[in-house]
Amino acid sequence: MEKIYVDHAATSPMHPEVIKVMTDLMPKFYGNPSSIHHFGREARHIVDQARTTAAKSIHADFTEIIFTSGGTEADNLALIGTATANENRGKHIITTQIEHHAVLNTCKFLEKNGFEIEYLPVDQYGIVRMEDLKKALRDDTILVSVMFANNEVGSIQPIAEIGQLLKNHPAYFHTDAVQAYGVIPINVQEMGIDMLSVSAHKLNGPKGIGFLYVKNGTKMTPHLYGGEQERKRRAGTENVPAIAGFAKAISESLRTQTEKINRYKQFKARFIEILTEEAIDFRVHGLAEHTLPHVVNISFTGINVEQMLVNLDLEGIAASSGSACTAGSLEPSHVLRAMFGSDSSELYNSIRFSFGFGNSLEQIETVARKTAKIVKRLTNN
Amino acid sequence: MKEPRDTRVVVGMSGGVDSSVAAYLLKQQGYEVIGIFMKNWDDTDEFGVCTATEDYEDVIRVCNQIGIPYYAVNFEKEYWDKVFTYFLDEYKAGRTPNPDVMCNKEIKFKAFLDHALKLGADYLATGHYAQVKLMDGEYKMLRGKDENKDQTYFLNQLSQEQISKVMFPIGHLDKKDVREIAKEAGLATATKKDSTGICFIGERNFKEFLGQYLPAQPGRMETLTGELKGKHEGLMYYTIGQRHGLGIGGQGDPWFVVGKDLERNVLLVGQGYDNDALYSDEIIATDISWTTENMPMQDFACTAKFRYRQPDNGVKVQFLDGNRVKVIFDQPIRAVTPGQAVVFYKGEECLGGGTIDQIFKNGSKLEYVG
Repeated sequence: MEKIYVDHAATSPMHPEVIKVMTDLMPKFYGNPSSIHHFGREARHIVDQARTTAAKSIHADFTEIIFTSGGTEADNLALIGTATANENRGKHIITTQIEHHAVLNTCKFLEKNGFEIEYLPVDQYGIVRMEDLKKALRDDTILVSVMFANNEVGSIQPIAEIGQLLKNHPAYFHTDAVQAYGVIPINVQEMGIDMLSVSAHKLNGPKGIGFLYVKNGTKMTPHLYGGEQERKRRAGTENVPAIAGFAKAISESLRTQTEKINRYKQFKARFIEILTEEAIDFRVHGLAEHTLPHVVNISFTGINVEQMLVNLDLEGIAASSGSACTAGSLEPSHVLRAMFGSDSSELYNSIRFSFGFGNSLEQIETVARKTAKIVKRLTNN
Repeated sequence: MKEPRDTRVVVGMSGGVDSSVAAYLLKQQGYEVIGIFMKNWDDTDEFGVCTATEDYEDVIRVCNQIGIPYYAVNFEKEYWDKVFTYFLDEYKAGRTPNPDVMCNKEIKFKAFLDHALKLGADYLATGHYAQVKLMDGEYKMLRGKDENKDQTYFLNQLSQEQISKVMFPIGHLDKKDVREIAKEAGLATATKKDSTGICFIGERNFKEFLGQYLPAQPGRMETLTGELKGKHEGLMYYTIGQRHGLGIGGQGDPWFVVGKDLERNVLLVGQGYDNDALYSDEIIATDISWTTENMPMQDFACTAKFRYRQPDNGVKVQFLDGNRVKVIFDQPIRAVTPGQAVVFYKGEECLGGGTIDQIFKNGSKLEYVG
């Protein structure tokens, strides 16, 4: 049986070019980038080049990129780092109810430490309303953190509008772009973004590496103390092979961006077309024009998500119910809850399919047909 | 009958050694095995630690060792509605419920079995010490080979329909052999301690647990003749035949719980293990369920257990209306307790059982027992 991976929003396979860069580099360039000898200089050069690639990808400056161990660390650093460094100005932070847990649980930690967090609701399409943000903004608001696009339903947030609004407010603007980066062009200057988190493994790069863009002049305390790496904002010897692989993944991703977006849109359209042909009862969440091209979150009337996912897996199809969480947990998705309320059936019958590198149109058709078959079987008894 | 390789079996895995070995043996026999962990209860503490999460970690390790896929399923709501509500209601009524019997009937072999079938399974397997044999065109449920571990007492409510879809891969083994197999196979759970007590309470203090759900009303402790012997902490904390926790000192034999007066909120006690008040010779049992579909509705003799691990007692069974039976004991039996299960056996076969409802001695109902 062919195994089909349509869970690229959870993590993605490494691009062969990325693997090649990393494995080529490992035997030769093992120096410590901080060392003064030529081994060190070679490694430093690799890191510098990668930093340039990362910075250019979002129209930032070379000095504004901090390599981290991934998206979670980037979010932690952004939130805790700016909150601690700016608490003399205020303790009010605004975020949304649909953030990734890397942001939500960091906010809970800050709440315990005396910060006041406001969690903005979203509409039924999973999008934050500007008027809610305007109402929530206060003079003592020091940070606004709104994700670029949601990882579970793919809803794209009004980032440029928020950036515009905050141009006239001292609060910093952080966005978790882990899911959007690579499939949406990002310009931090035009969009008015002060901090932005990215993870490599969502764009066919290696796991365990990411970056946080921090606009120059942002007051932020470090959260790892030690050596002077990353301009003292993130100590620890750089993960050189992963950083090089990350850079390759970024350049590959940018090179093929338009083509990818078009292909995923085609996948999504075909997927929905087949489900419609099969005449099963389903509903696609979100608004097409405000949803990530590679993510489609669908509720199937009358099914139970636990049964559905296991059946899909037994058919060789890897999808998910949104955020990867402890299996057996009854905790419904906080994103769907924010969109539909606590007692809606969507919380228990929604499946996320996310497309990516290596998927073919034939695979997507197979997934759609098998999905329809399982839904029919589960709803017929 | 399909070949093992074409037969999909879902194994209910608890993270213990028994279900680990059950899955391992099925895999060895060539079945297509799927391990599923059932989460029925949320016991997450204030640090976010939950024994279910730890048990699931063990399921993951074992399934990866065996080479089978694993999943989890949540039945917290079903468990609350069907088992825990019953559990509390029985305590409120002054009885001693058996949640494991109810869990097998309503959750493991109903909701979970349905789940397994929806995943295309042909059978559901568990790590129970019991056996199923196809004889004369019917599936018989037989005692587990290990007399000390036999769990048919808890499985007495299973119907022919349920039994026909169930496998007990370790039922023909002794517990020590199960551990031995686990060790030889290097399974992560080989030396894991067996769980004790009621699953959702676990190692916690029973009184404390129950007190969180039901208000405890302290009251008087009296003999059957009305003599005050002390105070009790709430009738629900005591069961018939119990010795510990009464706090009655003084001379002579120890004291035991012989009954409960719910109306007056009085705990009835008697002196001596063999106190006459603890013995009965007849019961009426309700919610009778047979493992066969062809039970002749005529009175018969067999053996019975009135609590887990009790030696078999000779009895006669008479059919009453409304899914009830009268059970007449060959000899008086000590501490038969309302709310517990009575389970019938013919030799090695478990015939079925019911819930102990009313207790009699010499033809009159023992009102004090409840």
